[in-house]
Amino acid sequence: MQTCEPNVDIYLPCPATVGEVRPMTAMERFFSFRLDSGQSLGHKPGQFAEVSIPGIGEAPISISSSPTRDDSFEMVVRKAGRVSGAMHHLRAGDKVFIRGPFGTTFPVDDAMKGQDILFICGGIGLVPVRSAIQYVLDKRDDYGRMMILFGAKTPRDRLFTDEFDEWRSAKNVTLLQTVDRRDESWYGAEGVITTLMPLVKIDETRTIAVICGPPIMYKFVITELLKAKLRDDQIYLSLERHMKCGVGKCGHCQMDNIYVCQDGPVFKFSDVKDVEEAL
Amino acid sequence: MLVKKLDKAAFNKWVEACIAKQRVYGVQAKGDRFAFAELAAAADLRLDYDVTLLPPKKLFQPQRETLLKFDRTKGFVSVFDTEPFVVFGVHPYDMAAILQIDKLFAQGQCDAHYTKRREQATIVVSDVQTASPDVFAGCMGTATIHDGFDILVTNIEGDYLVDIRTEKGEVLADTITNAPDADEMSLKLRKLVWADNAERLQKHKLDVRPDVLPKLLERSYDHPVWEEKARLCYSCGSCVLVCPTCYCFDVQDDVDWTLQKGERRRIWDGCLLSEFAAVAGGHNFRRHRADRYRHRYYRKGKYVPEKIGQIACVGCGRCITACTSNIANPVEVFNSLVYERK
Repeated sequence: MQTCEPNVDIYLPCPATVGEVRPMTAMERFFSFRLDSGQSLGHKPGQFAEVSIPGIGEAPISISSSPTRDDSFEMVVRKAGRVSGAMHHLRAGDKVFIRGPFGTTFPVDDAMKGQDILFICGGIGLVPVRSAIQYVLDKRDDYGRMMILFGAKTPRDRLFTDEFDEWRSAKNVTLLQTVDRRDESWYGAEGVITTLMPLVKIDETRTIAVICGPPIMYKFVITELLKAKLRDDQIYLSLERHMKCGVGKCGHCQMDNIYVCQDGPVFKFSDVKDVEEAL
Repeated sequence: MLVKKLDKAAFNKWVEACIAKQRVYGVQAKGDRFAFAELAAAADLRLDYDVTLLPPKKLFQPQRETLLKFDRTKGFVSVFDTEPFVVFGVHPYDMAAILQIDKLFAQGQCDAHYTKRREQATIVVSDVQTASPDVFAGCMGTATIHDGFDILVTNIEGDYLVDIRTEKGEVLADTITNAPDADEMSLKLRKLVWADNAERLQKHKLDVRPDVLPKLLERSYDHPVWEEKARLCYSCGSCVLVCPTCYCFDVQDDVDWTLQKGERRRIWDGCLLSEFAAVAGGHNFRRHRADRYRHRYYRKGKYVPEKIGQIACVGCGRCITACTSNIANPVEVFNSLVYERK
């Protein structure tokens, strides 16, 4: 038999403690965590971790903070399933259990270096991308312009609005927002995210685009980026699937032959454009 | 290494001795079919079986298996199954499947739960005596097997050749005393059994060599067969549950009556089930039956082979028998791809 060294249990999570909790929208809550071991999680922007609530279960959640900040890590969780629902009952000091980090990262240390960065996010797509935004802000001189396009359903569904001033005040940062449906509080743009794209000047010779949003969004945004003359390998996508085990075994996150938990969640578009189940 | 020849009485005595020593699973009658179950007596062992309802994978990746125990305040601890056991009567095609799953759980990050249990097993393979109605192992190159197990037993005219291949096999066979070595004639007859099985375990005929399946599938993503067959699919998952090479799983927590302690369990899951690729919030990334149906055959013929270098169908035919709609015959599916239609 082909065997391996079974000295580590890849399914055993380690304890972490909830630091800060605050509501962000009606559906999303912000959490910060610290591993009880005192070690940092050791993640890179774009990765995810499996969060366990004993008795409820385990779910893959994007890490929303940059490792450049401190030894804690942050997540923003939409109340959608059993685990995320239970997480909405967590208070500061409560215990959760963590496995990870897992998956690929935004190319902050290679392809993005020295380039203009165009982040295009829909709804909670901003959650994983925020880790890269913070990373770029913290190493601002390593990158060119940073353009953030953010679309939400309504003004109230927007995330991280209290951080927008910090982002905008950094050198060469553009943040544009749009909402699908305006309300009485909103004087900004209304329309789908692609309506923001003509408003930024994309230098196709030096731009890396990163897309994260609901499944419907990708095709439309990619079409626009290709029209703006970006190549397939200048476009990165963060894709959502049910990464149940995180270690390439359980099969739930597969798109065709690709395991999103290991080969993703961040993909170069040129690597998945022929993968039928990807987009 | 060593091949012994045992008459029926000596063979039964050996099985009894094994049962006295440790936990032994063997093939037994279950109604008018057969199943692997804990063996209480040698007389219950039915090596003349055609195929078992469920493959022996249930002994290595049980339907429900505890991975961790937890206390809501103290956290999780690992649980491993480390009791040695013996499996009697695994058919060569099922052994081929076990070796594939071994690789898949070992590959990349080592799955300690599977591996530790698997290491405890001593496997006695039995050459097929009775062909099942839907077996096509002969087409898949798995009608016989010559490596990867501990002992091989072959029925030769009422006697058993017991071929001991590993140290674990030797330990299991150490209660065989006074048995003669297999004679030349018996060994020749065994070769004939192998040749015969490769020939006759082809109740369905694959029109191509199995190693071309990845290439065949490469060009067949939009073939009409997926839609045609899946139209009748109930998404019941019978085909995946009886499949010896399916290993997809779900993980669920179960809390005991104290609401304080409980277990995290791995349970069988299957990509044919409608919610398999759904995420929280309701989006289902493989919503259409035909997409799920196709995905399964691509795993068997392309995706898993890309990982382990072997076709992940061993020709046991269980899915053919289990499918209520009569659409799960891999041979029919693969053959229909040979003749391209647009």
